[in-house]
Amino acid sequence: MYGRRLPALALATFATLTLTLVAVFFWAPNDATEGFLQKIFYIHVPLAIITLGGFVAGGVMAVMHLRTRDARWDMRSYVAIHISLVFGVAVLITGSIWAKGAWGHWWVWDEPTLVSFLLIMLLYATYQPLRFAIEDPERQARSASVFAIVAGVFVPINFAIVRLSTAYVHPRTLSNISGNLPGRMQVVFYLALVSVAMLWITLWRYEMTSKHASAQLRALKRLLGGDEDEAPARRSAAPSVTHLGGVR
Amino acid sequence: MAELPLHTAGPYVAAAYIVFVALILLYVAIMAGKLSRIERELGELTELAQRTREGQDTL
Repeated sequence: MYGRRLPALALATFATLTLTLVAVFFWAPNDATEGFLQKIFYIHVPLAIITLGGFVAGGVMAVMHLRTRDARWDMRSYVAIHISLVFGVAVLITGSIWAKGAWGHWWVWDEPTLVSFLLIMLLYATYQPLRFAIEDPERQARSASVFAIVAGVFVPINFAIVRLSTAYVHPRTLSNISGNLPGRMQVVFYLALVSVAMLWITLWRYEMTSKHASAQLRALKRLLGGDEDEAPARRSAAPSVTHLGGVR
Repeated sequence: MAELPLHTAGPYVAAAYIVFVALILLYVAIMAGKLSRIERELGELTELAQRTREGQDTL
């Protein structure tokens, strides 16, 4: 049951996010170089880290799906990738807003961090169309899992390559080379990271609870109305809830 | 990079945080739509269960 303790988790996330916002605007000092504009980083960087972590988590869940052939892991992987995509959109928009303020441009093409993140987003943007293109639920789940694993492996490799590249133009938040955060700024950054991670987990469980409820409803409908009353399943990119059967 | 004055940097910071909150709210709104669909389906299911029970009582 994904809904168990969800209200408590949601409240804890709300409290942590509120505390983070208060700390960002009233406790963390302004950056010596960027000034007030640097406050964007407290939301932009944690979102980026959690987005990439979410994609990797989706890959791990896909491994579990292929290992166990349990449709629930496919659903978990699908929801993880779905929420990470939403977070990824926020990363691109907040990053562009920062770039406009700092560099005077919404986007620059010669900056490896930006372009590599966009590549990852474009790669994952094909996940849903891939699922939608395959009608058979079993095949859809298998192909999606293979995609999630390959793409999930690509994410850390891509991250490492960008880190190792020589053009250190993009400010580094966690690095020994440049841009290390001092004192209170570091505390606030880690607090923001925790709150964004909690938000991701809350939304993941929220969506899993919704999918679980739908699956149980469909199963109950079949039990009460008989199989002949069941309308043919609509083609969908989401894992088929009827296919989940005894989803837990 | 020269430090931007508060009146210049402020709108950018506000915009970034508004985007973040707006995306979460949009997500919650979409989920609310799904929740109302579940509620509707549950209503249909209750009607179905009542009809089934009435049918059994008639027999």
